Amino acid sequence: MDTDEVNPKSGSEKMAEHKADRKQIRERKLSALSRRELLKLTPVLALGAFAVPRFQKSLLKKGLGISDWVSARMFRTGHLAPTFGDSDVTRFEKFPINDYDVDDPGVILENWSLAVSGLVKKPGEYTLDQVQVLPLVRQNTRHVCVEGWDVIGRFGGARLSDFLSVIGADSTARFVSVKCADDYYESLDMATALHPQTLLCYEMYDRPLTREHGAPLRLNVPTKIGYKQAKYLTDLKVTNVLEKVGYWEDQGYSSFYGL
Amino acid sequence: MGSAVVEIVRVRGDETESIGRAAYEHPLIVRLCHWVNAIALFVMVGSGLQIFRAFPSFGAKIPQHDLLHWPKAFAIGGWLGGALQWHLTFMWIYMATGLIYLGYQLFSGNYRQVMFTHRDIPGAWPVVKHYFFRGPKPELGEAYNSLQKQAYTTVIILGVLSVLTGLAIWKPVQFSWLAWLMGGFHWARLWHFIVMWVMLGFVFGHLVMVILHGWNNFASMLTGWKKDPEY
Repeated sequence: MDTDEVNPKSGSEKMAEHKADRKQIRERKLSALSRRELLKLTPVLALGAFAVPRFQKSLLKKGLGISDWVSARMFRTGHLAPTFGDSDVTRFEKFPINDYDVDDPGVILENWSLAVSGLVKKPGEYTLDQVQVLPLVRQNTRHVCVEGWDVIGRFGGARLSDFLSVIGADSTARFVSVKCADDYYESLDMATALHPQTLLCYEMYDRPLTREHGAPLRLNVPTKIGYKQAKYLTDLKVTNVLEKVGYWEDQGYSSFYGL
Repeated sequence: MGSAVVEIVRVRGDETESIGRAAYEHPLIVRLCHWVNAIALFVMVGSGLQIFRAFPSFGAKIPQHDLLHWPKAFAIGGWLGGALQWHLTFMWIYMATGLIYLGYQLFSGNYRQVMFTHRDIPGAWPVVKHYFFRGPKPELGEAYNSLQKQAYTTVIILGVLSVLTGLAIWKPVQFSWLAWLMGGFHWARLWHFIVMWVMLGFVFGHLVMVILHGWNNFASMLTGWKKDPEY
């Protein structure tokens, strides 16, 4: 650092002798220097913008957006979520039932069909049989809730990617969005929708879905957080534009939340 | 390796009077990283505890046994979604300051001032005796004594662990090997929590020592200049 060389003859002889090799700085110069160094820390105050109500919301939205952007780039289409042995699976009674409204929205299973629309060659109503003729995939995967708990469940169903080929979906579209019987709604990015472990799930623990777990059809997406695993599906749309992202996302949760 | 010490002099006409000594201990980049990281850590802990409030347990969801009820007043974000926004925003600031700091320390060689090595082991016991058993104060030939180096080195390692455990919770699929190393997602979450408390232990000790060691020490992290260093 800059120091003042002071005439070595000035000052007491003893001091000069003792510390002849030591550099000196004038008291005033040091105070000025210290003040300047302190001022250089002012950029830290920029963080105060997060405390200003007017900026806070948009700054946090931007921060979450960066996290989602990075998450989408971290996602690897060929990378599988860990799968587990049957002995690791959480007992069915201990698999939590989470919903935003009611356990059972009263779907009339006999009349149920999935309304398919958007960027597809064959839109229309699809029955459960039309989903169940596709190859059945069963997987023991971890279900992670945004709250922090996790369970390992056994899920079975058709690959969403298989269903997307059946309906002639445009796989260059950006999103697959779904609506549910309880007014819940969700969306997946196309890369995740095409992932081999993403299922249109119609069974859990080798039995048909119970009403609380989303009968007759739900999403099982082991590469996504729990709130993306929508239940009681009624509509499926392939689209480039999302009017709404998802029930929780529109309250402020992460839009991508890939695990 | 201590910083160069200079003599502070007061000049009156031809007379030069020595009134103390000073050393430039903390370059600007270290001070910036220190304060930005301190704020980021504060936000990460506050929002992290709000996230923890959503499931204050490390056991099963059914039946749920809560570990502790953390008061909302001592948390940031107001609700789970808000807390996640804070957490997933400030983690970038937290990591950026950590990386800039580590990069600077490595490339400048400044890490020698802080890093605890085997050479610091013999000096540790006299400092412990001084701090806790009223032993004589050991002479200090550099910026930090061996216990300080041990504490600062440990907290850097904890900082790295906080990021790695957090990554394992945030991305247990993409970083499945990391989660596996920690015993799976479930354990990674517990490690993340433990690392936070150990870091808070450091922060507590750090603040106590700053208060005990007075203004000069505190001011040096603001201006870079430490007045009247012991060496």
